[in-house]
Amino acid sequence: MKINVTINNEKKELEIAPDEVLLDVLRRYGYHSVRRGCDTGMCGICTILLDGRPVPSCSIFAARVDGHEITTVEGLPEAKDFAKLLAEEGADQCGFCSPGLIVNTVYLKKLKIKKMEEIQIKLIGNLCRCTGYVGQHRAIEKFLGVEK
Amino acid sequence: MKEVTRKIPKKDALGLLLGKPVYTDDLAPKNSLIVKLLRSPHAFAKIKNIDISEASKIEGVECILTYKDVPRNPITRAGQGYPEPSPHDWYILDEYVRYVGDEVAIVAGKDEKCVNEALKKIKVEYEIFEPVLDFEKAEGHPSIIHPEKETHPMFEIGFDAQKNIAASYEMEIGSVEEELKKCDVVISERFYTQAQAHVAFEPHTAASYIDMHGRLIIISSTQVPFHVRRIIAEAFDIPIKNIRVIKPRIGGGFGGKQAVHGEPFVAAVTLKTGKPAKIVYTRQEVFEATYSRHPMRYDITLGASKDGKLKVIDMKGLSDTGAYGEHALTTFMVAGSKTLPLYNKVDAVRFSGKVVYTNKVPAGAYRGYGAIQGNFALESAIDMLAEKLGMDPIEFRKKNMIREGETSPIFKIMGEGREGVDMIVRSCKLNECVEEGMKLINWKEKFPRKKISETKYRGVGMAIAMQGSGIANIDMGAAVLKLNDDGSFNLLIGATDLGTGSDTILAQIAAEVLNVPTEDIIVYSSDTDLTPFDVGAYASSTTYVSGNAVKRAAEKMRKLIIKEGALKLGLDESNVDFDGKYIYEKNGSKKVSLKELATVLLYTENQKQLIADASYVGEESPPPFMAGFAEVEVDIETGKVKLINYIAVVDCGVTINPNLARIQVEGGLVQGIGMALFEDVKYSPNGKLLTNNLMHYKIPSRADIGNIIVKFVESYEPTGPFGAKSVAEIGIDTPPAAIANAIYNAVGVRIKTLPITPEKVLMSLNNK
Repeated sequence: MKINVTINNEKKELEIAPDEVLLDVLRRYGYHSVRRGCDTGMCGICTILLDGRPVPSCSIFAARVDGHEITTVEGLPEAKDFAKLLAEEGADQCGFCSPGLIVNTVYLKKLKIKKMEEIQIKLIGNLCRCTGYVGQHRAIEKFLGVEK
Repeated sequence: MKEVTRKIPKKDALGLLLGKPVYTDDLAPKNSLIVKLLRSPHAFAKIKNIDISEASKIEGVECILTYKDVPRNPITRAGQGYPEPSPHDWYILDEYVRYVGDEVAIVAGKDEKCVNEALKKIKVEYEIFEPVLDFEKAEGHPSIIHPEKETHPMFEIGFDAQKNIAASYEMEIGSVEEELKKCDVVISERFYTQAQAHVAFEPHTAASYIDMHGRLIIISSTQVPFHVRRIIAEAFDIPIKNIRVIKPRIGGGFGGKQAVHGEPFVAAVTLKTGKPAKIVYTRQEVFEATYSRHPMRYDITLGASKDGKLKVIDMKGLSDTGAYGEHALTTFMVAGSKTLPLYNKVDAVRFSGKVVYTNKVPAGAYRGYGAIQGNFALESAIDMLAEKLGMDPIEFRKKNMIREGETSPIFKIMGEGREGVDMIVRSCKLNECVEEGMKLINWKEKFPRKKISETKYRGVGMAIAMQGSGIANIDMGAAVLKLNDDGSFNLLIGATDLGTGSDTILAQIAAEVLNVPTEDIIVYSSDTDLTPFDVGAYASSTTYVSGNAVKRAAEKMRKLIIKEGALKLGLDESNVDFDGKYIYEKNGSKKVSLKELATVLLYTENQKQLIADASYVGEESPPPFMAGFAEVEVDIETGKVKLINYIAVVDCGVTINPNLARIQVEGGLVQGIGMALFEDVKYSPNGKLLTNNLMHYKIPSRADIGNIIVKFVESYEPTGPFGAKSVAEIGIDTPPAAIANAIYNAVGVRIKTLPITPEKVLMSLNNK
C-alpha cells in the first residue's frame, strides 16, 4: 500500500506493507538517523517528531502516519547546534542513541523548559549506556539555558 | 604538550550525532539476504531429527542450514590472542543445544517476513536432557554439557569437561593456613555477583558478501576485527587471505563484541549462496544469546593483627561461564590479579577456584572482566574486617594499600590465562585519590551516617580499585603513518574505536610527536586489508598499547622528514630540525615547508612515499587506580536505596584527551551503579532468561544516578605514551563495593549478593 507523508518538509509517497512499523520504513527510505535500540519502546533511540511531537517510531504502524508530518534529525536545523555541544563534552561516545536524544531535546527547547529536574524527567526514556548521562547533561544545560 | 591533553571533540562526533549512515546495518549491501536463526527452546538437548522441507518451500527463502551443512570445527568465539586461553568448545552449529537460545538452524531469505515464516515451519525433534542451571551444583552433575570428544583446550587451563569444568586455577604465596593462626582478627564471608548484561545499544550486527576477487568480505560491529578474521578462517577451513573484515562505527561494545557472534552465520549463507547476507540481532537475542558477565561466588577469608596490619587474603571462587567457556579462565584470574595487588604487604595470599559450565547464556568479556566481581567481594570484606578491628575503613586501607615504587608478587604469578610479568608500579597516586575523594565527599563530616528523617538515613562508603593497561607480553598493536602532498598524514591503525574516541586520541598522540595539529592526522582504523594488525579493543589496551605503537611510528616519521628535508636543503641531518611546519637549518636560515617537501617527494625530486610503521607489545601493564566514594540514602520502610553522590578520583596517568577520559569514567561508573543496584537477572525454572528485554532488565536512567563527580589526580606513567595509562575499565570497578559499604554504614545491613535490590535491604533490615 501507499502512504503520503511529509518527511523533513518534503512531500513523499511511500510504498509500505500494512504491518510495517514506521521505524523500518524510515530506515528503508534512507533516514539512517532513526535507529533500532530495543524493540519494546523502552530506549528512546528511534524517537522522531510526529506532527511536531516526539514518539518512538518503533511503536507506530507506518500506515497510521498517512497524511502526517515527520521530522528526523536530518530535518532539524537546531540539531547541529546541540550536536556541537554534545561533541564538545565528548558526550557522543558511540553515538547510537544520540539522534533520539537530540530530537527530544530540541523539542524541549521549543517548549522552553529550563529546569534540570523537569528536563531529566522528560528525557528519562532516552537511555544511554556509554556516557553515564553526565556529559549529556552538561551539553543539555548549555543548549537549553538551564537555570541554576 | 600541545595536542596531548587537548579537550578536542572526537573526530567522528558530528557524523555520529547527526545520524550519518555509519554502522554495520547502514552499510550492509542493500540486496542482502536477511539472516535469522532458529534458536533452541530447551536448555539442554540433542537434535534427533530436523525437517526443513516445509520451510524450504516458502517463497523467498534462499537457504536453510543445519549442523549437517556446515563444517564442524571446534573453535572459541572469544576474541583473544592466539592460541586462546578459552577452550575450543563451540561449533557453528551442533547437534547439541546447550542453552535456551543456542543456534539450531540458519535461515536466509529475501525479507524478514518469509524468514520468520520459515523459522516457524522448521520441525525439530529433540532428546531433552536435564539441564545444569545451578552453578553451585555444576561440578560433577550427572548431565555433562560438553560430552563431545572434539572439544579441547589450546593449552593447560585446568579444563575437565567430564566434570563440567571449563577452567580452574590455584596459586598460593606463603602459607595461608599458618599465617591465619598468627592473626588476631579473622573474618570469612561469602559474596555473589550476577550475570550483568552489556546492553550496547547497537545490537550485534554482521553483513557479508563476496567481492570481485572471490574473497569473503565481512562488515561487523566487532571489537576484534583481526580475531574475527582468524576465527572465521578456522571455523570454515578457508585461508585467512581470502577474508577481509571491516569494522565501521560501532554502537558500543563493553566486551560484548569481543567475540564472533553473527559473523559465522552470515558467512555460512554467503559462502553457500554467493549472495550478500546480513544479520541484525533483536534485543531479545542480544540478551539471550550473546554474552553476559560471568556470575561469581567468592569465599573470602581475611586475617589481620590488632594494630591493623592486613596479613592474609584468601579468595576461593566459583565462576559460571554458561554453556561455553569463553573468557572463562581469564575473567576468573583477573578477579584476583586486578584486586590482590592493591594490598601488597600481606604475609600470605591464596587465590583458587573453578569456572564451571552451566546450561545458561554464555558468559564472556565484560568491562571490568572479573575485576569488578573480585572488587565487590574483597572491598566489602575489607570494610567488615576494619569494623571488627575497630578501625576507620579508610585508615585501614591507607595502612595496607600499594604505593608508588612498590610491587606485588601477584604481577608475576598471575597473568591472563598464563604467567604474568614482574613489574614495579611506577605510577600510583592511590593515596592522593583517597585523600581527594574524602575531601570531595566530605567524609569526616558524613561518615558513617546521618539521620535525615524517622525513615531515612544517609551513609557514605568507599572502595579502591585497580585495572591494567593491556595484557603484557601478549597484546600487540601496530600503526602506519603516511605523508600526503599537503603535509597531512594518514594514520592507519588496527585499533578498534567502538565509541570510546580511540581514533581521536591516537591522532592526538601522533600529532604531538610531529608537532602538527590533530586535524592534520586523518585516521583510518580496523580493516584487516588496509590497516596493520592490532588485537582490538579490550583489556584497557588501546591508549597504552596502540598509543605506544602510534608514538613510535610518529617518531620514525619525524626522523624520515628530517632526513629527507636535510637532503632537500643540502645539509647534514645533524644540522636540521623539524618544527611541524618547516624543516629548517639549526644554525642558519635555510628552510623548506613540510608541504613543499611532501609535494616534491611525490612529484619531482628524490621521489618516494614517506611511510613509517611501528608495533608495540607492552612489557608491563601499568595499572590505573581509583578511589570511589558513594553517598546513599536508605528508606528503612521500603528498603529503597537512592544514590545521592558518587565521587570518583582516578589515576590514569596523563589524560590524552581529558574530556574523553572523563566520559569513559562517567560511563563506567554508571554501568557499575547499574550492577550494584538495578540490573537483576532472572531465569525461569527450566532455564529461560526472563530478564530478556529493557522492560524487565533495568539499566540506570538519567534520573537514577545522583550527582556524579569525576576528578583526575596528577600522575605520569613513564612507560605510557606521554605518561598515559588506560582508562576504559577502571571506572566500573568500585560502585558495587562502595555502595554496599555505604548502605551498611547508613542502616547496618550488609548485602553480599548483587544487585542490592530494595527487597534484599528490607528483608535484611527486618531480620536484623
